[in-house]
Amino acid sequence: MSINLDSKIPAGPLADKWDNYKSDEKLVNPSNKRKFKIIVVGTGLAGASACATLAELGYQVEAFTFHDSPRRAHSIAAQGGINGAKNYRGDGDSVHRLFYDTIKGGDFRSRESNVHRLAQVSVDIIDQMVAQGVPFAREYGGMLDNRSFGGAQVSRTFYARGQTGQQLLLGAYQQMASQVGLGNIKLWNRMELVDVVVVDGQCAGIVTRDLMTGEIISHAAHAVVLATGGYGNAFFLSTNAMACNVTAAWRAHRKGAAFANPCYTQIHPTCIPQSDDFQSKLTLMSESLRNDGRVWVPAVAGDERAPHLIPEAERDYYLERLYPSFGNLAPRDISSRAAKRAVDSGRGVGPLKNGVYLDFADAIGRLGKSVVEERYGNLFEMYARITGEDPYTVPMRIYPASHYTMGGVWVDYELMTTIPGLYAAGEANFSDHGANRLGASALMQGLADGYFVLPYTISNYLAPMLNKAIPDTNHEAFKLAEREVKDRYSRYMSIGGRRSPDYFHREVGKIIWDYCGMERNQTGLEKALSELPALYEEFKTDLRVTGDSESMNQTLEKAGRVDDFFQLGMLMCKDALDREESCGGHFRSEHQTEEGEALRDDDNFAHVSAWEWSGDPTAPILHKENLEYEVVKLQTRSYK
Amino acid sequence: MSHSLKNLKLKIWRQKGPEDKGRFETYDIPEISDEASFLEMLDILNERLITDNTEPVSFDHDCREGICGTCSLMINGQAHGPQRASATCQLHMRTFKSGDEIVIEPWRASAFPIIKDLMVDRSAFDRIIESGGFITAATGGAPDANLIPIPKPVADAAMDSAACIGCGACVAACPNGAANLFTAAKLTHLNLLPQGQAERFKRSEAMVETMDSYFGSCTNHGECEAACPKEISVDVIAMMNSDYRKAKITNRKTLSRT
Repeated sequence: MSINLDSKIPAGPLADKWDNYKSDEKLVNPSNKRKFKIIVVGTGLAGASACATLAELGYQVEAFTFHDSPRRAHSIAAQGGINGAKNYRGDGDSVHRLFYDTIKGGDFRSRESNVHRLAQVSVDIIDQMVAQGVPFAREYGGMLDNRSFGGAQVSRTFYARGQTGQQLLLGAYQQMASQVGLGNIKLWNRMELVDVVVVDGQCAGIVTRDLMTGEIISHAAHAVVLATGGYGNAFFLSTNAMACNVTAAWRAHRKGAAFANPCYTQIHPTCIPQSDDFQSKLTLMSESLRNDGRVWVPAVAGDERAPHLIPEAERDYYLERLYPSFGNLAPRDISSRAAKRAVDSGRGVGPLKNGVYLDFADAIGRLGKSVVEERYGNLFEMYARITGEDPYTVPMRIYPASHYTMGGVWVDYELMTTIPGLYAAGEANFSDHGANRLGASALMQGLADGYFVLPYTISNYLAPMLNKAIPDTNHEAFKLAEREVKDRYSRYMSIGGRRSPDYFHREVGKIIWDYCGMERNQTGLEKALSELPALYEEFKTDLRVTGDSESMNQTLEKAGRVDDFFQLGMLMCKDALDREESCGGHFRSEHQTEEGEALRDDDNFAHVSAWEWSGDPTAPILHKENLEYEVVKLQTRSYK
Repeated sequence: MSHSLKNLKLKIWRQKGPEDKGRFETYDIPEISDEASFLEMLDILNERLITDNTEPVSFDHDCREGICGTCSLMINGQAHGPQRASATCQLHMRTFKSGDEIVIEPWRASAFPIIKDLMVDRSAFDRIIESGGFITAATGGAPDANLIPIPKPVADAAMDSAACIGCGACVAACPNGAANLFTAAKLTHLNLLPQGQAERFKRSEAMVETMDSYFGSCTNHGECEAACPKEISVDVIAMMNSDYRKAKITNRKTLSRT
């Protein structure tokens, strides 16, 4: 199969492209919409909003979630907020400024036209979510409140306490639920996608595994949307929820969907450090803490005194020292690397020497404990609960952790993958954040894709298919896919080795984190690319799955997901090795300035790396989409 | 800093499937760090069970930071365990002491059938939301977000009840297996807001009646509030009851006019 990376960017000036597209696209008559069936996999912000909107338009929608309820999707855990270029503050915000900030924040590695559309529809998202009853924070006059976020000079972030993701997801879930209640959406819960079916080069449907009974079932449709989230759990330890995985995206990749920029992963600077080997996940502490907390480590390595015994002169407030103008609010990728260097230099703090201090003593002295409590009380409480330490008296300990993945399934302007009829939305696609995502942009993108992009672009594909037959689930391609899935799951059951899927997940995650984490280099990546296949062989011969495949079996579910993480991990390292530059979250130690900052190579790497599956996970095929900038001038990101 | 607990005895409910009768089984935990979360302790036990070629304990969990509402567990008879205002995933072993016996059961309520071991089916909650837990506003036609000012105290009160994570602890804690706190939290969130007024009484009637078709009745024990990881107040139930009563009258009047 050959891959065609036609991005289908509409004609016209940047600001008119989306309107031009909407004027020219093919539509489906309202009474004909019910003749089309659309499958949406995943019910987070992107999936739930797409389901609701497509069903309201009149399409037959089938929604799939592997959770017990659509409301569990991990969008729910986003804390900080959602950007919208409303300019309610009158502080100079505009669609263009949000567009520019996002492009710059992404280190000039995203597609201009997609990002501009995102900024345009950001305004409609806020209106739509307020109409759904999302209780955003308000001022006393009753108007919406805003806060500021990293990488921006305006206040454009809307929020609902520290639970913005929860409230937005519940808004989209409720809108979807109303359509389920009306019979316009068929909801399949506890169902996991295990394969994508392609017939004559077009997506024909999916194969799922019922997690309650182990039954393998085929589903045919005119179009399929993957809104299945990111792959941050490839690192094992991350801020993602336990069940987050790459399987849906990866199965699509193996059937012909190009996978773009897998090495672009975001490591969030403020998470609670790992406390022990058995740790199952890491917890994020909101970026907003850096507004008042000061980050420091002891000035010399090996200083084991308690923090309050280390005098001012013997502390290194390294962010303030290195980035005087942004200080403790330097962007995520930069702050994360600085923390890693502090710890690597032997100055890490805490029992495992794997953290840096985030100290509120000055803020408490200046503002009083009650003000600090009012601003961050819930976060302090969360920290105390996890660590057993009181952050009002002992500085918090933080360390970076995997949080978001900018890379994902390659999509064109219509969010269609390289398989016609298969779409990817939200974190699952690669399209809007380049090499680094700014805070409060993930919620924005998920809802933009689901509410305001897909419902328009999908009709352009469906219109010509009106009254034409599509392959049903008796088609040989579905039967073949079902057989392959059954074989794969019975193989996991029959290996009879000694190690659990979690054991392998932990090991594979450790290799990816060590060599393809915050800092990468050729030697390390080559080492990872030799260690991963070896460990993968061990997985295939030493895996143990208990229980049976005909009832609820969480060990078996996990085995399938870990299998796909192995293959993805190899692609991440391959991509990181190929990208001989540093940009955003991808930092190659060979490519840095004298001050240790990321050194981009626009002449050779201003492109999207879209990888094609070759059948061998160690030998993917590279295709390039050149990024052409009509409006933005490429420049070096500086936060000094 | 880090200490360990010794000689814990876990009594865990094991049930192969919905049809199985189920029984308690006892597991010894010789040593566990007090830094471990409660669910990490179960992870470690499960790893050991796999090594012993025994099927691990099934339990629902996902975000492990107290927001997704997936985790459950009755721990020593308390929904989400002994720590107030938190979900099971936020509970750490430092809450317990060496030698403790810990009894772990699934949510027990007739509307939440057991799937396996500690997992239950909570989809009746989705049915309640589908019947009316929303504001009908089709995508695309929303007016400007600042068009309707909402007083801060109203927005804050709506947010207080919107904080519900749908975990089902209220139902599990209730001697009657009632879902009044869950249903009332959603009704209060939507019925307080100006956007929610148009469907207020239709919503109240539909949600209460759907709730009644699955769950037991409320007799004001207040156990739900004590178990709620988000500390949602039973006051919301009073508001629900008031709106439901009004709805029965209002909706009947509307019917007589047509």
